[in-house]
Amino acid sequence: MKDNSLDVMEMPLFEVFIRSANGLEHRHVGSLHAADAEMAITNARDVYVRRNEGVSIWVVPSESITASDPADKEMLFEPMKDKIYRHPTFYNLPEGVQNI
Amino acid sequence: MYTQSLDTDPLANDPKEVSDKRELELKKRISEGYVVEPRDDMPERYRKTLIRQMSQHAHSEVVGMLPEGNWILRAPTLKRKSILLAKVQDEAGHGLYLYSATETLGVSRDALYEDLLQGRAKYSSIFNYPTLNWADVGVIGWLVDGAAIMNQIPLTQCSYGPYARAMVRICKEESFHQRQGFDLLNEMMQGTQKQKDMVQDAVDRWWWPALMMFGPEDSDSIHSEESKAWGIKKKTNDELRQTFIDVTVPQAETLGVTLPDPQLKWNETREHYDFGKIDWNEFWRVVSGSGPCNKDRIGVKKKAWEEGAWVREAAMAHAMKSKGR
Ligand SMILES: [Fe+2]
Ligand SMILES: [Fe+2]
Repeated sequence: MKDNSLDVMEMPLFEVFIRSANGLEHRHVGSLHAADAEMAITNARDVYVRRNEGVSIWVVPSESITASDPADKEMLFEPMKDKIYRHPTFYNLPEGVQNI
Repeated sequence: MYTQSLDTDPLANDPKEVSDKRELELKKRISEGYVVEPRDDMPERYRKTLIRQMSQHAHSEVVGMLPEGNWILRAPTLKRKSILLAKVQDEAGHGLYLYSATETLGVSRDALYEDLLQGRAKYSSIFNYPTLNWADVGVIGWLVDGAAIMNQIPLTQCSYGPYARAMVRICKEESFHQRQGFDLLNEMMQGTQKQKDMVQDAVDRWWWPALMMFGPEDSDSIHSEESKAWGIKKKTNDELRQTFIDVTVPQAETLGVTLPDPQLKWNETREHYDFGKIDWNEFWRVVSGSGPCNKDRIGVKKKAWEEGAWVREAAMAHAMKSKGR
């Protein structure tokens, strides 16, 4: 076997999302390699749903996902931290007030 | 899976004092419960340590299918065959969860797999022993998966998110593995003398290799400290080994088998079982490639990979063609 023989062949990577039951959202469970989306669904069934873990599968080519850069964490998420007035717990209610 | 500490750190030669400020900072945050996720900024030493441990773990799952796969066609009943098939399929799944988790660190699946096929990668020493009789299948479930569970449960809390999540899935499935093994043995122990002898023979052969699965003694384990500091390992090899022995001895009594260690004895003051000396020469021999089945195991994987090449090529060709349509 040539040393680079494997690289030539590597099948694309897909991210797998499973809905565990109706009424719940699809949730990321991991990834797998497959030649195309159809094969990815079949493989996902065998790899991630061997025990009734789901009722629906999404597969998405990993390269189609755009992720936020961890380095932008501060810029993206820090500004929300000091907006405590967005939470109901920010407000003190006079004693006796109910159903609010 | 089957994690095992193996002493092959690519960074072992780095001077110890190289742990720079960045490493210390991360270690501190990890000790405070911080979980690292893919693409987060991480020191190279942390990344390498993870790749080494996770890929060895993945390889172990995949090679771990072979000793039991040997018995699928010879399972004595349809029930046992179905159980064994499901168990072996789970191990394939474990390998795949772990390869995909390792890939989040920026290594390619094929590069990892190539390392295994070329004999450059390590995997758990236990799978280089042969499965000689049907009771071996039960003993693997009971002792080997049992030891694996002991190793793996702390990893569900490890500092790298994708590894921890893969371990949660794996641990849920492993308890079925251990129980089906115990159940198989328990059934054989209700049978004829010959069946009982088969169980005892299998226990005698697998007991010590199972204890070796926890890796070298702490005093000889160069990785333990490093992995512990990174939050990748939570308990030491010796701690895990002792816990395994303590829970397994009563199970052996229930089963009615003896464990092949004359020094195995409850120690009142330690509140643990004392046990005999492990043959570390054998361990190192097997880890470094000279176990009874090392060549065969890799040979089988290589053959499967090469003979499956046309299938992968055809699948890719079909995918390309459909895309173009
Ligand atoms: Fe496993
Ligand atoms: Fe297992």
